[in-house]
Amino acid sequence: MKIVVAIKQVPVRDSQLRVDAGGRWIQEADLSFEINEPDAYALEEALQLKEKHGGEVVAICAGPARASQTIREALAKGADRALHVEEENLSALDTLGIAKLLAKALESEKPDLILTGLQSDDLGYGQTGVVLAELLGLPHGTIIMQVEKKDSSIQVKRELEDGWFQQVEMPLPAVLTIQSGINKLRYATLMGIKKAKSKEIKRLTASDLGGAAPAVAAIQRVYLPLRSKQTQILEGTAKEAAAKLVEKLKFEVRVL
Amino acid sequence: MSGLVLVVTEQRGGAWNRMSWETLAAGQQIAAALGATVQAAVAGQGTGALASELAQQNVTKVWNVTHDLLQTYTADGLTAAVEQLIRTANPTLVLFPHTYQVRDFAPKLATRFGQVLVSDVTGFRAEDNTPVFIRQLFQGKLNADVQLSGPGPYFASIQAGAFRADSLQQGSAAVENFSPELNASAIRQTPHEPFRESARAVDLTAADIIVSVGRGIREKENIPIVEELAKALGGELAASRPICDSGWLPMERQVGSSGQTVSPKVYLAIGISGAIQHLVGMKGAKTIIAINKDANAPIFEVADYGIVGDLFEVVPALVEEVKKARG
Repeated sequence: MKIVVAIKQVPVRDSQLRVDAGGRWIQEADLSFEINEPDAYALEEALQLKEKHGGEVVAICAGPARASQTIREALAKGADRALHVEEENLSALDTLGIAKLLAKALESEKPDLILTGLQSDDLGYGQTGVVLAELLGLPHGTIIMQVEKKDSSIQVKRELEDGWFQQVEMPLPAVLTIQSGINKLRYATLMGIKKAKSKEIKRLTASDLGGAAPAVAAIQRVYLPLRSKQTQILEGTAKEAAAKLVEKLKFEVRVL
Repeated sequence: MSGLVLVVTEQRGGAWNRMSWETLAAGQQIAAALGATVQAAVAGQGTGALASELAQQNVTKVWNVTHDLLQTYTADGLTAAVEQLIRTANPTLVLFPHTYQVRDFAPKLATRFGQVLVSDVTGFRAEDNTPVFIRQLFQGKLNADVQLSGPGPYFASIQAGAFRADSLQQGSAAVENFSPELNASAIRQTPHEPFRESARAVDLTAADIIVSVGRGIREKENIPIVEELAKALGGELAASRPICDSGWLPMERQVGSSGQTVSPKVYLAIGISGAIQHLVGMKGAKTIIAINKDANAPIFEVADYGIVGDLFEVVPALVEEVKKARG
């Protein structure tokens, strides 16, 4: 089974974010980046499916030059090769623009299965996988917690709200968006890291792929959210703050 | 944009997803700001009663979209049905509640119109008679104003709790039945019956005090630190999703969109940054207390009391103070 995994590089989770001078994105200069967490689970699922059924895992990533670090890590974990849609100014594109580039890059690959995380930790639109499926004319399933391959189809466990789940079957090829927690992530081994150095990363630019479509949805402004509640911050050392909180619990909240 | 706002509601087996009402309220407010009219749609099979309910709201028309193939939700089926409705009704803006089902089909639908679904919208403003949508970035750490261009129709989904259903304006509208042309062979997904993993042994919804733990706890071995506090307060221990994903606490203790929705007297969020998926599960709590080392964590946007500090120092100190107070 040939499996493509679409991954994204995002700022590490605990980054202190600052709005940039233009007010339309964040200052990226002093940030560290990592694989988008749900995409890490998608990659792991692809690797486990390959271990079970054989085949190939191809990682695809749209991102600037720095994304090659994340691609290399995917190769070190076990992806066989990678496609890097290299685009410096990603924020000028929208989800549809990115998905069109990915779809074009995957045209000649003809994978049996495409996996990606259910959403990105930065933009959080949560739709690249679904849009990609539509552009490629493939069936899809979202927020997937289990993948079972049958002869020419797959059965997947979709997460619904409020603790409900549902099994859904669909023919292959298909696109799935993977939920965090579907599996247990592996670390790259030393051997894996060594091997990754000789694995192929094919670089494609937007113009190689017929050009980027102008954005329909554009970010006009990025800013800190206004607080809807006035939070009383309890100051002092840990002990002092704890004592103040207990006072509140006793006399204002009245639960002690 | 004068024009038409079409609100596509959600139901399953004849029962509303209550976010439909919030989305309809959003539709009314956006339409008022843009000088547009509002229509509402419900899709399924045997949805006549639901359509009549919608018709008692202030909308100009209700579309009752019915077909045997819509009885059970599939992305392919509902996308085709709503696509046909949009081509008939010709709205300028289509709104959905931001549910798991909408996340499954609405991006596909928007793609058919060369559009992007602006997902998880928390607010809007009208600018030159077109809507500018407000949505969160970076798990709620930042907001963004998103502007759409081109001929439309535009697509947006509304976050749970962003608009109040009790602000809905009543009215009276006619119901029009709409029968899309659907072909069973074009529906590629075969869904089975929804199920729950197991009966829930822990009912967090009954708890008065919930002490909930997130990523800030760093490792499984540290969970007892927070468990101790839950015990001292006589509350239930709960967690955000990543903790349960990692198997540090059982899934049945998860609070959030995929776990339980709780509204206790007191909710202590410890080392929880406050991603929206968590907030929707707990922002109904009467009092929210956040302990987090990041003063900019979104959890402080909903907290009544906050301690900005290291949970590994604050929580043990809190346990001691609570024990003292209890005597």
